[in-house]
Amino acid sequence: MLSADLTRKIDRELTKYPPDQKQSAVMAALGYAQDEHGWLSTDLMDAVARYLDMPPVAVYEVASFYTMYNMRPQGRFKVTICTNLPCALSGANAAANHLKEKLGVDFNETTADGKFTLKEGECMGACGDAPVLLVNDRRMCGHMSHAKLDELVGELSAAADRGEGRPGFDPEHGIHVK
Amino acid sequence: MNAPSEFLDYGPDAVLMAGLTGSNWRLKDYEARGGYEALRRILAEKTPPEDIIAEMKKSALRGRGGAGFPTGLKWSFMPKNYVGDKYVVCNSDEGEPGTFKDRDILRYNPHAVIEGMAIGAYAMRANRGYNYIHGEIWDTYLRCEEAVEEAYAAGLLGANILGSDFSFHLYNHHGFGAYICGEETALLESIEGKKGQPRFKPPFPASFGVYGKPTTINNTETFAAAAWIARHGGEAFLNLGRPNNGGTKIFSVSGDVARPGNFEVKLGTPFATLLEMAGGMRDGRPLKACIPGGSSMPVLPGEIMLQTDMDYDSIAKAGSMLGSGAVIVMNDTRCMVRSLLRLSYFYFEESCGQCTPCREGTGWLWRMVHRIEHGEGRMEDLDVLNSVSDNIIGRTICALGDAAAMPVKSFIKHFRDEFAYHIEHKRCLVDPYV
Amino acid sequence: MLNIEIDGKATQVAPGTSVIEAAIALDIYIPHFCYHKKLSIAANCRMCLVEVEKAPKPLPACATPVTEGMKVHTASPLAVGAQKGVMEFLLINHPLDCPICDQGGECQLQDLAVGYGASASRYLEAKRVVFHKDLGPLISAEEMTRCIQCTRCIRFSQEIGGYMEFGMINRGEHAEIVSFVGKTIDSELSGNTIDLCPVGALTSKPFRFTARTWELSRRKSVSPHDSLGSNLVVQVKGDRVMRVLPLENEAINECWISDKDRFSYDALNGPERLRTPRIRQGGQWQDVDWPTALDFVVQGLSDIVARHGAPALGALVSPHATLEEAALAARLVRGLGSDNIDSRLRQSDFRGDAHAAGIPWLGMPVAEVSTLERVLVVGSFLRKDHPLVAQRLRQVARKGTVVSMLHSVDDDWLIKVAHKSIVAPSALVSSLAGVVVAAAAARGVAAPAAFAGIAPTVAEKAIAEAFTEGKRAAIFLGNYAVQHADFAQLHAAAQALAQITGATLGFLTEAANSVGAQLAGAVPQAGGMNAAAMLAEPRKAYLVLHAEADYDFARPQAARAAFRNAELTVVLTPFAQGLDDADVLLPVSPFTETAGSFVNCEGRLQDFHGVVKPAGDTRPGWKVLRVLGTLLKLPGFDAEAATDVRALVTSGAADLMAKLDNGTRLALSAPVAAPVDAGQGPGTPAERVADVPIYFADPLVRRSRPLALTVDSRPPTARMHASLLATLGVKDGGEVRVRQGGGEAVLTATADAAVPPGVLRLAAAHPSTSHLDGLSGPVTLERA
Repeated sequence: MLSADLTRKIDRELTKYPPDQKQSAVMAALGYAQDEHGWLSTDLMDAVARYLDMPPVAVYEVASFYTMYNMRPQGRFKVTICTNLPCALSGANAAANHLKEKLGVDFNETTADGKFTLKEGECMGACGDAPVLLVNDRRMCGHMSHAKLDELVGELSAAADRGEGRPGFDPEHGIHVK
Repeated sequence: MNAPSEFLDYGPDAVLMAGLTGSNWRLKDYEARGGYEALRRILAEKTPPEDIIAEMKKSALRGRGGAGFPTGLKWSFMPKNYVGDKYVVCNSDEGEPGTFKDRDILRYNPHAVIEGMAIGAYAMRANRGYNYIHGEIWDTYLRCEEAVEEAYAAGLLGANILGSDFSFHLYNHHGFGAYICGEETALLESIEGKKGQPRFKPPFPASFGVYGKPTTINNTETFAAAAWIARHGGEAFLNLGRPNNGGTKIFSVSGDVARPGNFEVKLGTPFATLLEMAGGMRDGRPLKACIPGGSSMPVLPGEIMLQTDMDYDSIAKAGSMLGSGAVIVMNDTRCMVRSLLRLSYFYFEESCGQCTPCREGTGWLWRMVHRIEHGEGRMEDLDVLNSVSDNIIGRTICALGDAAAMPVKSFIKHFRDEFAYHIEHKRCLVDPYV
Repeated sequence: MLNIEIDGKATQVAPGTSVIEAAIALDIYIPHFCYHKKLSIAANCRMCLVEVEKAPKPLPACATPVTEGMKVHTASPLAVGAQKGVMEFLLINHPLDCPICDQGGECQLQDLAVGYGASASRYLEAKRVVFHKDLGPLISAEEMTRCIQCTRCIRFSQEIGGYMEFGMINRGEHAEIVSFVGKTIDSELSGNTIDLCPVGALTSKPFRFTARTWELSRRKSVSPHDSLGSNLVVQVKGDRVMRVLPLENEAINECWISDKDRFSYDALNGPERLRTPRIRQGGQWQDVDWPTALDFVVQGLSDIVARHGAPALGALVSPHATLEEAALAARLVRGLGSDNIDSRLRQSDFRGDAHAAGIPWLGMPVAEVSTLERVLVVGSFLRKDHPLVAQRLRQVARKGTVVSMLHSVDDDWLIKVAHKSIVAPSALVSSLAGVVVAAAAARGVAAPAAFAGIAPTVAEKAIAEAFTEGKRAAIFLGNYAVQHADFAQLHAAAQALAQITGATLGFLTEAANSVGAQLAGAVPQAGGMNAAAMLAEPRKAYLVLHAEADYDFARPQAARAAFRNAELTVVLTPFAQGLDDADVLLPVSPFTETAGSFVNCEGRLQDFHGVVKPAGDTRPGWKVLRVLGTLLKLPGFDAEAATDVRALVTSGAADLMAKLDNGTRLALSAPVAAPVDAGQGPGTPAERVADVPIYFADPLVRRSRPLALTVDSRPPTARMHASLLATLGVKDGGEVRVRQGGGEAVLTATADAAVPPGVLRLAAAHPSTSHLDGLSGPVTLERA
């Protein structure tokens, strides 16, 4: 379940913590596991638990507590837009509506082609760049005017066509594919 | 604006953020700005740790994360003769709506934080440290990883730093989306690989912190300021600000201003000046309200804000708190019920669920505000909102309960007529903007 | 000591005491949900908020340590206001479905809502709904909306159970208690979470919807299962046992009981109860009345004694039988002139009998286990054999006690075990000898001559050296050690180690009345035959008390054959069992239907009364034996009450304790690694290690239907090291044929790194393995 690349990344994280505190690496481990698999299935959480000597339910607690972990399959690109007050005062709501219209989905939905999942986010600590969004938890985009949103969606859509992004949601089977 | 245009503009008073271009973040650049001089001197001179703490106390540096606790005093709480690991932790889990200063420090001046942490570790005789970085700023985390690597490579971190007998091992820990981890004990739990649920105190982190070891947690900006103080002296820092409000402070100005951004100003700078630095009100509209210290702090009407100076004591006197220095500005087109609704939803979403008043109360508050905003409110709801808020404040394990309740009380206190209007007319006055 | 004042009452308490503990000591009740004296402090329910003078806000009494001069008000307007505020929050999302809730009548939330709740709710919004969970056959989590997130269940699983099986996922209002996706709660202590849950979120699945708490009578009793003798409250409706709860006894079970104690009651009401005496005539079983049955037994026994002599009679008494039953069985057999009686049914090595100083016991009070600093447990499936002793060791291990393990499989005790020596059964004595040698070296004393030339391994040294520090030390021999083929030498070596290290030698002892049965005389005393001998040299008549040939003997095959071939086998049992081998079945009471007593591992005699009427024609075993004695015209069977029988054994508690002694005068001999002798048929030889699975261990528990659905009741597999599987050419999950003593069984093979190479771990006391020869000894394996 855990690829060599994944265990290498987890092992690097483990060097940051005392040897008897392997659990400290669980957040990073789940993050990298998600990068590779797209979402945290039961099997994946179980594998991480075994790798870090943790009770599986403790991994489940962590995975479900932090909002950036995906507990179900997502589109190839998860776009999370902050709509908190400071962002909203600078047009986040309009940006979110623009995205919804453009992608044809509401928050927490995935486009039929499996390319995009749209999420509503909370403060990302970049209110000065509002509207702000996050692509697949790793890439932050700020000052998202409608034009920049269009550009981004175009870019990601093309990337998804090339099979880039995270293992995505298969619209026909409802399961994720690599 | 006396900085050359290629420099990032944090204002004329900037010291921590002075001379930054966005690309001169590396070790060599920081050293060219005089960075690590203080750490080198301390190690070379074997400065007694107590002297450094005394200097911090002299500077009147107060915690920049929100609580404003005197840093020197906090550092003095660490047990001196403890045998075993001691930890210094940097709280870079910046997620308080309106706050975005730590991200700039970390991405443009990461070594200032590293140096501040190392000096703090020396002063507190700590040997290990973590910088807990907000989940949403991955590229900033990667930059911190690089900066830490640079510091290790240069012998500024690790065992026997610069040949001294001082060792300090520093690592970055990346969060994954939980506002509550900005609470220091939740942050410790998170470092331990658990849910970010705050611990009850006592015991305090100084005696039982990460992995049960003595731990001191400070905000990113605090450590950056500590490095500056170590280099320039406590008095120099104090003189930048006001008595009991030493130094400069980075304010994150967001909302209805022409130029949202971070501005580093001397504590005590009038709000009006800060507003001017942010380009004034967007489209020249009148200032209606302002939350001066991040979304958890009480809102203040514009007219009060315009007469207030930006320092801990002045803002407290005006009826709010300086908090993290996040200034959320709202103009006359903003509906106060709708604004509160968004904030209440945030606290409802971010409550960790551990203790009863917050877990149950944040949802109740949000639902009541939701009803009022959507024309289904009753006049009695305002009293219930106040009473539920009172039942949360001071009854929870951590401050998130207070943070959820205080905006509710302050919005109702200052803008009760808008709530009443919604209830009476069963509608909101403005188009939805949140 | 600190001077404090709570509600005007001054007191002195030790530093570190919490306000709630101080209040409890003063008999002042502070409302609470998440606080529990045996669990870590969570301070999450906030119900115990109290006013502390000079504190700016109300403080949680559970998490606030007392300070000198502290003045606390638990019922001031500020405190009560805070408590009422919390109660309101707890109730807004609670379904308030008390009328259909099993917890109704014994619900902390319901009780406190009376005192602190309002009569009408200010909450007009929609209530939260939490999805139900399947936690397995024992705990019902059908109504998780009732949960108030106190996390007692989570803390219990982590701290007392030793493994985090419960967790709280999501956050905020969406937080909910779960097990891991699709996992059941499998701890052998899991049922305690039902007691701990302050609301009706976790309830007893077997008890669910069968009675209201106020309809039940509460009767005290004592657990008939493991050797701890947990104190019980048996709850009864009419003549039916409805459920079993712990009766708190800090000296024994604290406030816990194991799931075996809690859920075995199902068997009492089960379909396998024997309700009338039965006699086999002409190969057919016939229900008969008591006079007929007793007459048949009396005639049979008299006839056999007359024809073959008294030694032709043997009695095999389950260590789960009561003291009174054992005493009268012993009296009866001896009255007829035979000394052939034993209660050590799963033991196989009796070479130490002649050298034993007394009856083996724990060597200390149970509570003292919680004060030990150094412990070595030799040969024990500790967690399953002694769940609550394991729990005590788990707690002290967390606080720094060094617990070491010498065993033949690397079982996970969920205890922080410091040092381990895991060796094949044939090397167990030599490994213990290694520890003895290392301990002697560490203490600078001479090692026993018999152990000359033994070089301790690193693990053995570590175990030994742990004993050089720490004052209160113990060496415990577990059930597996006692059942070991070389038990006598294990015992002697353990004694040598105890003498060198100054540790106390103790036996965990197997069953509820292992100690009591021996006190009652259910062991040979005058040259009679022990359990193994009675089967090896079959008797003409057997009197079997509460035991089952298939499951309760070291060698089930031999037991079955002996019973079947005897002229008369009389079985006193609550269940219809032994139908293939016995001649007479006499229905006798299980522990709930008779007065009686058990002597637990620490030598404590605990008596109990029947809590319900005997089922059908069932009669208390001691009464049946009394009548048999009388009919046989034997002296001393005139006891009127169970207490009279007890008095025959206990002529004063002091005498009782004097008979308990773990010493042995057996000389140490050089350990010889028994060659792994084939001779069991074709295939690869291996040594067998057999555990007695927790829910197959005695006749009552193995008939509990809820427990039969647990993970611990899964059919045993042939567990072995991957290297042995490879030798056999069998894949993990493939089938393997096991031969032992002329018997064979085909089982699923499982790779298990916890089993040493060359060893087969295969559980006993199960139908799938009862055709093999015995708990230990050589087996051969081949691919099936």
